[in-house]
Amino acid sequence: MTNITAILKKEFRSYFNSPIAYIFITFFLGISAWLFFRGFFLVNQAEMRSFFGLMPWIFLFFIPAVTMKLWAEEKKLGTVEILMTLPIRDYEVVIGKYLASFALLTVTVLLSLVLPLSVIYLGNPDGGTLIGGYIGLLLMGGAYIAVGLFASTLTENQIVAFIFGITACFVLLIIGEDIVLFNAPNWLFPIFSYLGLGAHYSSILRGVLDSRDIIYYLSLIGFFLYLSTLSVESRKWR
Amino acid sequence: MDLSLSCRNNREFNTNFFLTFNEFCAIILNNISYFSDISVTSLLADCPLLFNNMIEVRELTKSYGSTIAVDQVSFDAHAGEVLGFLGPNGAGKTTTMRILTCYLSADAGSATVAGYDVFEESVEVRKQIGYLPESAPLYADMGVIEYLNFMTQVRNLPKSERKERIRAVIDICGLEDVIQKDIGELSKGYRQRVGLAQSLIHDPPILILDEPTSGLDPSQIIEIRNLIKNIGQEKLVLFSTHILPEVSATCSRILIINNGKIVANGTPEELASQERGEEIVHITIRGSQESIEAELNELDFVSQWNRVDTDNGIVGYQIHASQGSDAAEALFHVVVKNGWSLTELRQESVDLEDVFLNLTDKEQV
Repeated sequence: MTNITAILKKEFRSYFNSPIAYIFITFFLGISAWLFFRGFFLVNQAEMRSFFGLMPWIFLFFIPAVTMKLWAEEKKLGTVEILMTLPIRDYEVVIGKYLASFALLTVTVLLSLVLPLSVIYLGNPDGGTLIGGYIGLLLMGGAYIAVGLFASTLTENQIVAFIFGITACFVLLIIGEDIVLFNAPNWLFPIFSYLGLGAHYSSILRGVLDSRDIIYYLSLIGFFLYLSTLSVESRKWR
Repeated sequence: MDLSLSCRNNREFNTNFFLTFNEFCAIILNNISYFSDISVTSLLADCPLLFNNMIEVRELTKSYGSTIAVDQVSFDAHAGEVLGFLGPNGAGKTTTMRILTCYLSADAGSATVAGYDVFEESVEVRKQIGYLPESAPLYADMGVIEYLNFMTQVRNLPKSERKERIRAVIDICGLEDVIQKDIGELSKGYRQRVGLAQSLIHDPPILILDEPTSGLDPSQIIEIRNLIKNIGQEKLVLFSTHILPEVSATCSRILIINNGKIVANGTPEELASQERGEEIVHITIRGSQESIEAELNELDFVSQWNRVDTDNGIVGYQIHASQGSDAAEALFHVVVKNGWSLTELRQESVDLEDVFLNLTDKEQV
C-alpha cells in the first residue's frame, strides 16, 4: 500500500510539475463551460443533460492525452529500468499510476462543479440526475484511463500511445451505439450492447444507479489494469 | 550449501592456476571439520560474511530472437569485492546486469543474489541491490531532494531514517551544490551522481552499476572510481565498462565477456601474467647483421626473433624470450661481450589491453 501511495504521489506531482495538468484543467473547463452555456439559455431549462451527453466525446480526446505519458515516457527515458528494479510489484506500479491519473480527473471534475452550482443558482434542477451524472462521469473517465494506461504500456512513443488510446476508447464507445448495433450480426448484438460504454453511461445519467452498470465499469477498469500489468510483465516472459 | 559442487564449478571456468577464494575457503573448512568434528554448515553459519557468495550465476542464457546475448555465463562474487565487467559494446554486459536486477528474465540457467533466487524471489533480490542503469535515466522534472525522497519511500525506509539517509548520500556523492535544482537542469556528471545516490540510498549490500563513468570528465571519473573503491571495501560492487584503465584502477577482479561468453576471470595481475607467457624485448644494436643473427640463434632463451628494421648498420629486433629468463639483462651482456653498441633496449609490457584484445579477437574469428 505504501508503495502504491508513493507512486501515486510521484505521478500526481509530476502532472503538476509539467504543463500537462494545467493545460488539461484549463482546456477541459473552458470547453465544457462553452458547450454548456451555448445551449443552456436556448433550451432555457435548469438541467445539464446536454453537458453530460457530450462528455464521452470530450473525454475521448482528453483522457488519452493524460495517460499517454504514464508508461511511454518512462520507457523512452529508460527510467522504467530503475522503477521496475525497485522492490515493488508490477501491479503496484500499475495501480499507483492509474490512481494518479484518476486523481487528476477527479480534481478537474470537482473544479467543473461551478457549472451545476450555477444551474442550481439559476433554477431548480433534479438533484438525482446531477449526482448520477457526476458519478457516471467519474466511472466513465476511470474506464477511459484504464484503457489509455494500457495503450501507454504498449509503446515507448507518446503519440502512438495517444492514438492507440483514442482508438481503443472510441471502439468501446461506439460498439454500443445504435448505428453499429443495427449493422452487427445478430449473435453479436447482446455482446456489443453490453460492452458498449455509452449505454451504461446514459443509464447512470438518468439518475438510475444500477449495480450492473457500476459492476460493468469496475470490471472494465479491472480488466484493463490486469492487461497493463501483463503488458509490463511481458519484458520478463521467456 | 554444497561446497564440493561450487568448487568444481569454479574450476571449470576459472582459467588461472591459482586457487579461487571459494576453493581456498572450502579446503580450509573441510580440513577444520575433518579434524574437529564440526560440520561445514555450522562453520559457514558462523562466518557468513567471509564465505557468503553474494552473487552466484550458473549457466545463464538469454537470447533476443536469434541473437544470443548471454551464453551460459557462470560466475561468483562475494562481499568486499569490486568486480569489473569488461567487454566490447554489445557483449552482453547490460543484459547480464538486467537479469541480476530482475529487470529481465533469462531463458535458461539460474542466478542467486544474497541467497535469493532472481526468478523466484525477485522482490527480495531487488531489496538487496542498488542499481544504476546505463546513462543514469532519471525523472527530469523532479527536484534532486524530491527524487531522493521518492526513492526512500519506494524503498520503504522507516520515516525516522529517511532524512538521515538522504543527507548521507548527498555527502557521499557530493550533491551539496545542486540540492535546490531540478534533475533536468543538471550536467551529465551531476546526473550520474544523483543516479549513484539513488542506488546507495538504502545502503544495499550489493551495488550494480552499468557504465557509471561514461560521459564524465576526467576528474569526475577519478572521483567516481574512488567512490567505488571505498564502497567496495565492505560491499560487493559489480560494474561494467568498456574503458580498460578503469578496471585496472578500480577492480579487485575482472570478468571479460565477449559475444555473451565469459572469456576470462581473475585479478588484473593474474590476467596479465597469464597472457604474457613469454617476454617480449625490443632491441636495436649497432653491429654486423649476420653476426648478431647468428648469436641470436645460439641463445637458448630466445624462442623467436624478428628483424624489424635495418638502418645504416643499426638493426632492430623484436625478440620473444621464455618467461622468467630476464631476457633484457642477458641480451645486454651478449651485446657487451660481442663489442656491439646498444642503441635501444626495451621490454614490452603486456598489459590488460593486450589481454582484452586477444581474448575478444580470438572469439570473433
